[in-house]
Amino acid sequence: MTNRAEMTRRDILKSGAAAATVTLAPGVTLMAFGGTAAEASGRADSGKRWGLLIDASKCSPDCNDCVTACKTENGWGKDIESDHISPEQAPEWIRKVTLRDKTTGRTTSAPVMCQHCEEPPCVDVCPTGASMKRPDGIVLVDKHICIGCRYCMMACPYKARSFVHEPISDQPEQNPRGKGTVESCNLCAPRIDSGRIPACVEACEKAGHSAILFGDLKDPESPISKALKEYPSVALREDLQLNQGVRYTNL
Amino acid sequence: MAMEQTIYRELKATPGVWQVAVLLLAFLAAAGGAWFYMEHHGHAVTGMDNQIVWGLPHVFAIFLIVAASGALNVASIASVFGQTAYKPMARFSSLLAITLLVGGLAVVVLDLGRADRLIVAMTTYNFTSIFAWNVLLYNGFIAVVAVYLVMQMMRRLDYRWVRLAGLVAFLWRLALTTGTGSIFGWLVARPGYDAAIMAPLFIVMSFSFGLAMFILVTLALFKLNDRPFGDQLLVRMGRLLGIFAAAVLYFTTVQHLTNLYAAEHGSVERFFLVEGGIYTLLFWGVQVVLGGLIPIALVFLNPSRSSTILASILVVIGGFAQLYVIIIGGQAYPLEIFPGYDVLEGWHEGVVNPYTPSIWELMLGLGGVALALFAAGLGAKILRVLPTNLSDANIAAKN
Amino acid sequence: MRLVLAFLAVFGFAWGAAADGSMPVVPAATGDPHPEGNDYWRVHHMKMLLHDRDLTMRDGVRNVMPGAEPIQASLGECFDCHGVQDEAGAYVSYEDERHFCRVCHDYTAVQVDCFMCHRSTPSDSTAHRTMATPDDPSSIEAYLARLAQEMTE
Repeated sequence: MTNRAEMTRRDILKSGAAAATVTLAPGVTLMAFGGTAAEASGRADSGKRWGLLIDASKCSPDCNDCVTACKTENGWGKDIESDHISPEQAPEWIRKVTLRDKTTGRTTSAPVMCQHCEEPPCVDVCPTGASMKRPDGIVLVDKHICIGCRYCMMACPYKARSFVHEPISDQPEQNPRGKGTVESCNLCAPRIDSGRIPACVEACEKAGHSAILFGDLKDPESPISKALKEYPSVALREDLQLNQGVRYTNL
Repeated sequence: MAMEQTIYRELKATPGVWQVAVLLLAFLAAAGGAWFYMEHHGHAVTGMDNQIVWGLPHVFAIFLIVAASGALNVASIASVFGQTAYKPMARFSSLLAITLLVGGLAVVVLDLGRADRLIVAMTTYNFTSIFAWNVLLYNGFIAVVAVYLVMQMMRRLDYRWVRLAGLVAFLWRLALTTGTGSIFGWLVARPGYDAAIMAPLFIVMSFSFGLAMFILVTLALFKLNDRPFGDQLLVRMGRLLGIFAAAVLYFTTVQHLTNLYAAEHGSVERFFLVEGGIYTLLFWGVQVVLGGLIPIALVFLNPSRSSTILASILVVIGGFAQLYVIIIGGQAYPLEIFPGYDVLEGWHEGVVNPYTPSIWELMLGLGGVALALFAAGLGAKILRVLPTNLSDANIAAKN
Repeated sequence: MRLVLAFLAVFGFAWGAAADGSMPVVPAATGDPHPEGNDYWRVHHMKMLLHDRDLTMRDGVRNVMPGAEPIQASLGECFDCHGVQDEAGAYVSYEDERHFCRVCHDYTAVQVDCFMCHRSTPSDSTAHRTMATPDDPSSIEAYLARLAQEMTE
């Protein structure tokens, strides 16, 4: 929802030919100027839903490339930050977990990040609406109106959110982050908006594993949709019925 | 309606009152300093982290907020339920409700990561969030109770308007406490929370903690000004406190029994009831025994002035313990992200999260209490809300 | 008594104004001037920042499409021209009072909330400012092409 405190009706009318989008309801965006499908790919398009399919069998327990790439791209996890904070206070947008099945003893490993749920509990509980879901399914925090109450962190079943515990400087230009606000994996929305794949996907491919498959869940012809149709996959805590955009196979 | 005989007089500034005021201001100053320190350096200096997200300040804040809505009970018993013995206390009850709420809100707001964005919180609402509703409920409570207090103080006003205001305030505080309990009850993610019973549990907690706080604060002010507070009245309020404390135990029992019955909640119950270390100790030792069974025994088996006072103190201590177990214990228990799997490596997965409160959080929490008490005393000093005489003879004469 | 206080207030204001000179000295910018003119930007930059911020945050509009309507107030792009260097040639951040935004905002005592989260100096990583072309290996098109190739193999 547009932050009504700033935008007035006059501003919307004055925009005229500018790309004024008025959000009528979550997930529905009315474009004030006609855009073709090609132009629409430069902005969050409700005709798409971005998701990930993570193949745990391709993921190596010793490899942390996705985490390192996320750190580099988004500017968290630097040593200079960890001087003043405890390890438990350190941000963690994505993490590798190694699991062992209790009954069979089989071990697997996979990265865990924000699951970009379709019914995100974090969006439900945010008092100001800072925790938001974009029309294309990406869940992220609008840090302009985040008051740092951390209720979304209480609500997230996946511990995907981190709170910034100390002053930050030298942030990457595409990823502002600051003390007192909550942050999480945003599926590299700035990269996606400029037509690039998320950093973790790129790193995993470069490492030769290609464990993270990225694509448009709403496009039946996309590789991810085809893979989901062909192979069995699970979502974490499926019992919560959040319909995540991130799914796992061979977990 | 019999003629009103209660005389309300402002609190006199005796040396004792000054000393208490200075002490409370010292706590306030300390809390202010603690907040500056936390705000400047970030929450890195606190014991809260990405696993234990809400800590000691929230325990204090929720206690104060819950007690606030319960402190209004005394006035509600008079206005809504027509118990004339409670009428003289109704004005101060309303005032105390407001100040306790303000104290709790101060702690919550000052703990925010971006407290400077309070205006955003008060103007931008996401109405699917119970937190957003709570912002409206809390602020509305202050307004509604203020109107109620003013109406009570207008002697020429027909009493039925006071009763109406009292009813509105009573219903509002029920909504407010439901909202507070639902902050936790509506969290699907954590097994220690996700329960419908949280809202009614918080309501009976408010009855209990609010009355205990009211008894202690009123007695203290009366003592400071040498005003009589009758033994029979105290015994009667003590009995009521015992009933409320028993209700809290009942709802707690139902909550845990229900969880024990469900296999999926078995391990979280084992954590709280048996294996949780400090949380188990606080639950059984402080919440159930010290804050529940002993006060109930005191007020029913040995009803007396001192029993009521001791029971009130124990209920408050037990209340803090209960909130500590709920708020922090609920976060300490690990999220079950991968049911059926052991986590060999991860980011603090599957392990009980440790929490050591920092001194700054304690100072901030105590500052909230100090703010509530100082504002209550100040209000009693400026406004005519404190009756001069609550002795038994006086109350009997009015009845 | 009131007269004394009023006099002190006026004196204080005059002292403050006189001590720093009349207006802040805005650091010179590099690059082309804004087509709308400095006065327009001085008045409207905050409204533009807020409007474009909501477009970017809520709708993902980042003005990377060639020929698309421009996001006029991209905070990162401001510092391409409005970076201020110190004696050593390093760009000063918002901590330093010579920072471009601080020069005016300190004078007007209007708080700037941006730089708790945003960087306040020019950035090296500006890849996200332009749309990826299909020959960029990290572009979605190239990625999908690689996947298609793997599937046919």
